[in-house]
Amino acid sequence: MEELYKEINERFSKFLLKLEEKDCPVITVKREGFLDFIEFLKDFGFKHLIDLCGVDYLNYKPEKKEERFEVVYHLYNFEKRALIRVKVPIPESDCWQYSLTFLWETSNWFERECWDMFGIKFKGHPDLRRLLMPEDWEGFPLRKDYPLYLEEDKEWKGYKELKRKTKGEHS
Amino acid sequence: MSTTLIEITSKQRNSNSWEEPFFINMGPQHPSTHGVLRLVLELEGETIVHCDPRIGYLHRGVEKLAENLNYNQTVVLSDRLDYIASAANNVAFCLAFEKLFGLEVPRRAKLLRTIVGEMARISSHLLWLATHALDIGAMTVFLYCFRDREWLLNIFEKICGARLTHSYVRVGGVRLDFTQEIIDELYKFTEEFPNRILEYETLIDVNRIWLKRTIDIAVVTAEKAINLGLTGPVLRGSGVPYDVRKFRPYDAYSEVEFEVPVGERGDTYDRYKVRMKELRQSNWIIRQCLDKLAETKGEPVLAEGAPDLLIPEKIKEPEPKPHPKKGFIFTGKEVDVVPPGEAFASIESPKGELAVYVVSDGSNKPWRLRIRTPSFVHISAIPELSRGYMIADLIAIIGTLDVVLGDCDR
Amino acid sequence: MGIEKSTIEIAPKIRQIPGTPVIISPLDEIFNWARASSLWPMTFGLACCAIEMMATGASHFDLDRFGIIFRATPRQADCIIVAGTVTKKMAPAVKRVYEQMPEPKYVIAMGSCACSGGIFRTYSTVQGVDEFLPVDVYIPGCPPRPEALIYGLLKLQEKIRKERGRWGFWR
Repeated sequence: MEELYKEINERFSKFLLKLEEKDCPVITVKREGFLDFIEFLKDFGFKHLIDLCGVDYLNYKPEKKEERFEVVYHLYNFEKRALIRVKVPIPESDCWQYSLTFLWETSNWFERECWDMFGIKFKGHPDLRRLLMPEDWEGFPLRKDYPLYLEEDKEWKGYKELKRKTKGEHS
Repeated sequence: MSTTLIEITSKQRNSNSWEEPFFINMGPQHPSTHGVLRLVLELEGETIVHCDPRIGYLHRGVEKLAENLNYNQTVVLSDRLDYIASAANNVAFCLAFEKLFGLEVPRRAKLLRTIVGEMARISSHLLWLATHALDIGAMTVFLYCFRDREWLLNIFEKICGARLTHSYVRVGGVRLDFTQEIIDELYKFTEEFPNRILEYETLIDVNRIWLKRTIDIAVVTAEKAINLGLTGPVLRGSGVPYDVRKFRPYDAYSEVEFEVPVGERGDTYDRYKVRMKELRQSNWIIRQCLDKLAETKGEPVLAEGAPDLLIPEKIKEPEPKPHPKKGFIFTGKEVDVVPPGEAFASIESPKGELAVYVVSDGSNKPWRLRIRTPSFVHISAIPELSRGYMIADLIAIIGTLDVVLGDCDR
Repeated sequence: MGIEKSTIEIAPKIRQIPGTPVIISPLDEIFNWARASSLWPMTFGLACCAIEMMATGASHFDLDRFGIIFRATPRQADCIIVAGTVTKKMAPAVKRVYEQMPEPKYVIAMGSCACSGGIFRTYSTVQGVDEFLPVDVYIPGCPPRPEALIYGLLKLQEKIRKERGRWGFWR
């Protein structure tokens, strides 16, 4: 891992925001240099993309976050048996991130889910549409300002329609 | 781009030449999609040109709900993810939370967790074999597997009182210790189970229909499998010996001996073989853990300082040393229940790598709980695996990936 | 009076003339008898409860002995067992499958989720399948044990036996 740190500090110091050692190395990079960085990591041996997810830090108390969203990547190196976490802050006003579909096919659905749940767009994604929610769903459920339970007036219109039809049948 | 059934059929009506692709909708109510998976197939004759899986028909919002429940209540939600192997899910959640809380689990609890984890693996693989064989057309295997699965569920019931949704593992250890009766029953089970595996194998191992329908179906090379993010028996079927139990040992897996079976060709038959070998390994692991349980008899099964079932929102800070007569005296200051931060834990669930990433903000509820489930990734690989095969093979492919939709949609 | 002497009762209120293929019975009774003794439920496995439903049908609990055989198509089924959480995205499909079933049809809501939404009071979950289907039997539990499902099915048979005038097209 030492050589990894060395090389990161040498080559990517411009884009590096933070390098911490928690349960695994946690590297926060800027969005600008992210693609080069992740390609470097893949060449370094981090071949298994375990996870890709978004996190919403709206009104996060313990720490002042510069940007609202973060996209978190977990990568694994089979040979060195090393886990690494890469974080990329995403501002709310300019809500997009680079897509990794050209490196890992598995990131295709992870990114679609992230778009579905957080509304983070992925540039270069071949087929970015909703995955878990119906296509005409409004809002992004995992955002912190989205309610857990929808009240009657905010109901999805497909379901409203179904309920209306059923009422007609029974009366 | 929502393709409804009506659009699909109208497309077909308008096409008048044989070269035009043919669309067919499979699911969400289809007996062999193992739940509510929907596949929109583009066909040429009977060959699949493209397959577009549509998921989300069982999306219950577990990740959002978890942000509104405290840590111990969240473990209950994990039962309903991969409902065939809920003990394994519990372990994954608890490992992540323990990392966050900074708890060290007692050795006996680790052994007990390993036992229930492997029991969950056996019951999951049995159900997989039952349904996979049923889909391909072997009804007898289904009945045989359920007979033995029922035995295992009875043991689970003795352990924790539930058949499917156990919540036996909790943050900091396990809920209850095993009684002697359970240990005896498990010894009996591990004694008998290898014979039962032989029984299944005599049924289908060299069965001509089984061979024809599984050999050279959905071949994945090792490189492709890694790129697609496949894990678990599916990846090992392609010859990559990646097993979280070996690579990042958790619980008592560093203490026990076991092999990681791998396949060669990476086809459906190899994956079947890998899973059958895994059944034997799991049986062996349980056996070893049972022997070790005798050494730790009477030791606690819950870590000291494990959080109460109802975690309060804030706790009062105690003074460093307890008063000799009055016990702990609390200062007026309120402190966080959990140190703010993040933790990541992954386990080898029966279906593949199950990872949990949790972010806390110091309160008793997780700020964000991300669950990376194997079924989600496996379903995303179906278009790649099914290209060029027949519709009948697609059933075998869904079976061999061993997907559970609750796991996939969360 | 003569009827009792010259016939034998093969089921409640259904009498057969010995040695002949002739049955004497009120129409209601014979229809209900036929319906209740060969109840073909449609498997509608949605979530966890589906596994228990499978277990009920398999070797240990063996539903066949009640004349209950799972049928995987709605067109030849008498009752639908909604086993598991119904989401809003799934609701139209459930409704459509129900509409495809021939009359008379019955609905069993199996599990807490199908009864009331259970622990999932979230944006995407239907709070009880009775919001759009007329439910006959509710089986609580998370998931209900196979015995509970059998009890629920027997309750449904009991209900069917008490029906009056549910035959013919005038109804």
